[in-house]
Amino acid sequence: MSGQQLDVDVDVEYLTRVEGHGNIVVNAEDGELETCEWQVVESPRFFESMVKGRSWDEVAMVTSRICGICSISHSLASLKATEDALDIFVSTQDRQLRKLALYGEIIQSHVLHVGYLALPDLVDSKSVIPMAESHPDDVETVVKLHRLGNEMTELFAGRDVHATTFVPGGFSQIPDEEELESLRERLANVDDDLNDVVDLLIDLAPELPAFERETEYVSLTDEDEYAFYEGVIESSDTGLMPVEDYRDLTNEYVVPQSTAKYTKHARDAYMVGSLARFNNNYDQLSDRAKAVADAFDLSPQETNPYLNTVAQVVETAHLVDASIDLLDELLDRGLDEQPPHHKPDVEISGGRGVGAVDVPRGILFHEYEYDENGECVDANCVIPTNQNHGNIQQDMEKLVPEVAPRKPDADVEKDLEMLVRAYDPCISCSTHYLDVEFVNE
Amino acid sequence: MSGAESDKPRVAFFDFTGCEGCQLEVVNLEEQLLELVEVVDIVSFREATSRREDDYDIAFVEGSAVRDHDAERLEEIREEADTVVTIGSCSSFAGINALRNDRDVEDVKREVYGDDVGQFDDVWEEAKPAEAVIEVDYSVPGCPIDKQEFVQVVNALVQGVEPRIPTYPVCIECKMNENHCAFERGEVCLGPVTRGGCNAVCVSNGLKCWGCRGLVPDANKDAHEEVLEEYGLSADEIIKEFDLFTRWQYEQIEHEDADPEEVVQ
Repeated sequence: MSGQQLDVDVDVEYLTRVEGHGNIVVNAEDGELETCEWQVVESPRFFESMVKGRSWDEVAMVTSRICGICSISHSLASLKATEDALDIFVSTQDRQLRKLALYGEIIQSHVLHVGYLALPDLVDSKSVIPMAESHPDDVETVVKLHRLGNEMTELFAGRDVHATTFVPGGFSQIPDEEELESLRERLANVDDDLNDVVDLLIDLAPELPAFERETEYVSLTDEDEYAFYEGVIESSDTGLMPVEDYRDLTNEYVVPQSTAKYTKHARDAYMVGSLARFNNNYDQLSDRAKAVADAFDLSPQETNPYLNTVAQVVETAHLVDASIDLLDELLDRGLDEQPPHHKPDVEISGGRGVGAVDVPRGILFHEYEYDENGECVDANCVIPTNQNHGNIQQDMEKLVPEVAPRKPDADVEKDLEMLVRAYDPCISCSTHYLDVEFVNE
Repeated sequence: MSGAESDKPRVAFFDFTGCEGCQLEVVNLEEQLLELVEVVDIVSFREATSRREDDYDIAFVEGSAVRDHDAERLEEIREEADTVVTIGSCSSFAGINALRNDRDVEDVKREVYGDDVGQFDDVWEEAKPAEAVIEVDYSVPGCPIDKQEFVQVVNALVQGVEPRIPTYPVCIECKMNENHCAFERGEVCLGPVTRGGCNAVCVSNGLKCWGCRGLVPDANKDAHEEVLEEYGLSADEIIKEFDLFTRWQYEQIEHEDADPEEVVQ
């Protein structure tokens, strides 16, 4: 670093505390920014070839394995696509139970990101493990909330990672009313823990870099609720579009520094995830979630990507409230019981369908085509992190010239690492393309 | 954390091609993870910590090897670690990743990336388990791993005793859980040929066994024959038909049968 001259050298191989493998390479000499790249170096897995020829009732089992951290999300997007393709009916009750499984996973994933992956940066710790000694109460709260998210998922999905109860058309097994009541009670008693996390982060939020870059924000949106499981696509630039037209949104393309594809829509890049949902659907947040946002001075349209982490805290509060509402509806109506080892009646025909779910890291699309025997002949999957890679790259290109002239390289490196972590990238997801045959249609 | 750090075995986690769900299961130990770091020193765990040190005693390896670079990393790990343990089915026997192994990798690459496939020059025809590249001391199977089984393995290693992974089929646990047999419900279940230790979680939750923990050590000998006989099936038949997780293992058995001189260990 020399005066205001742009002169920086950052080379982060395998960024830590993110899911998957990515590098940050920035190099500027004598005022010239030569390299500024977010590189995705994850090995490709070729999921397309894994689902091809698989039966309609196996596909979600395979695609769940795209990502362990959001396996419930992938299973649900997959099931929705299969159900759309084969016209399989899903009852209101089953949709509500699926939402609860999903909300549990999003709570788990948000708390994991906020507490385990992002928080250590704010207290200058390498991980949450030494924090167990330096911040024992905070770690205890984070662990407790994380456990709650996982146990909630486990109740509905059978397991916290890779569901064992999800089948096209519903569930092989559902919890009973007593279990729903006991979960409701736990959620109703979570106020103190949520408040503790909010208090902790409010103290630390000034550590988040001040950086602004307006972009296009994309999420699901729904008339009736803050959308995660249902709804249509909304772009902050262009408005609503149907889920089945998702390719008009994603426009995937290959870049040389990345094994993941990038996407763009109205601009060079767009953002998905908590901040995008917050910006697009703020009005439908619960009162408590809005109060949390107020406490952080977060309001739509927020353009600082570092605040995605804060938006995750806001959403965590919302998800607790939304889950209580769902449980109340289910309990008031009375649970329709189903026989053990339930297998919904499905008549097999061919067809193509799309499923979209807004998951921890943003909007997720699965699309399948089945032949008349119910065998998968084509598949396509567009992952949230794929949709954020381009936006991360654009942020870096704006950030580096702003901070490099006035900060030592080590601080620039930390700002860049924190920027990428703010997106909570799920890199191994993003390289797990399914098909391609559709891509150049 | 009391006592000198150096007294504790130094443990490192490494991830290859997979979903990182097994590493998440380690994090999902919640409070138990904090207890675990009382007995081991986690010196490298990219998903959860920025601490990264290259001096370790026990290496946990997640994910399959799919390219030359993976083989190089595995060899470095083998060189450094006294004990190498695979966690999860992808690293233990290629798991779900082997589903692509019967397709031409060049076709697949072209389909996905068009002409821009240069950066994957070193991707192999087949996704492989770690043991196809280096010697592996122990394997914790499962998709994902069973958290408590993982804790038992760590405790065994710390105490210097042999970790024990069940060799009996899932049927045994299923019967103990008094589940309604999936075959009786008209399903073809992989429980008779799949390694137990999961407490038959899928069947207990209303599905059938999909074989995620891999085959019992000797499928023809250790299989739960009485169920198979009752339904007129053989171990070989059901393994061949339902290979979601076990394709690599099945290929090894086939290979062994075809050419006993060239058994791939």
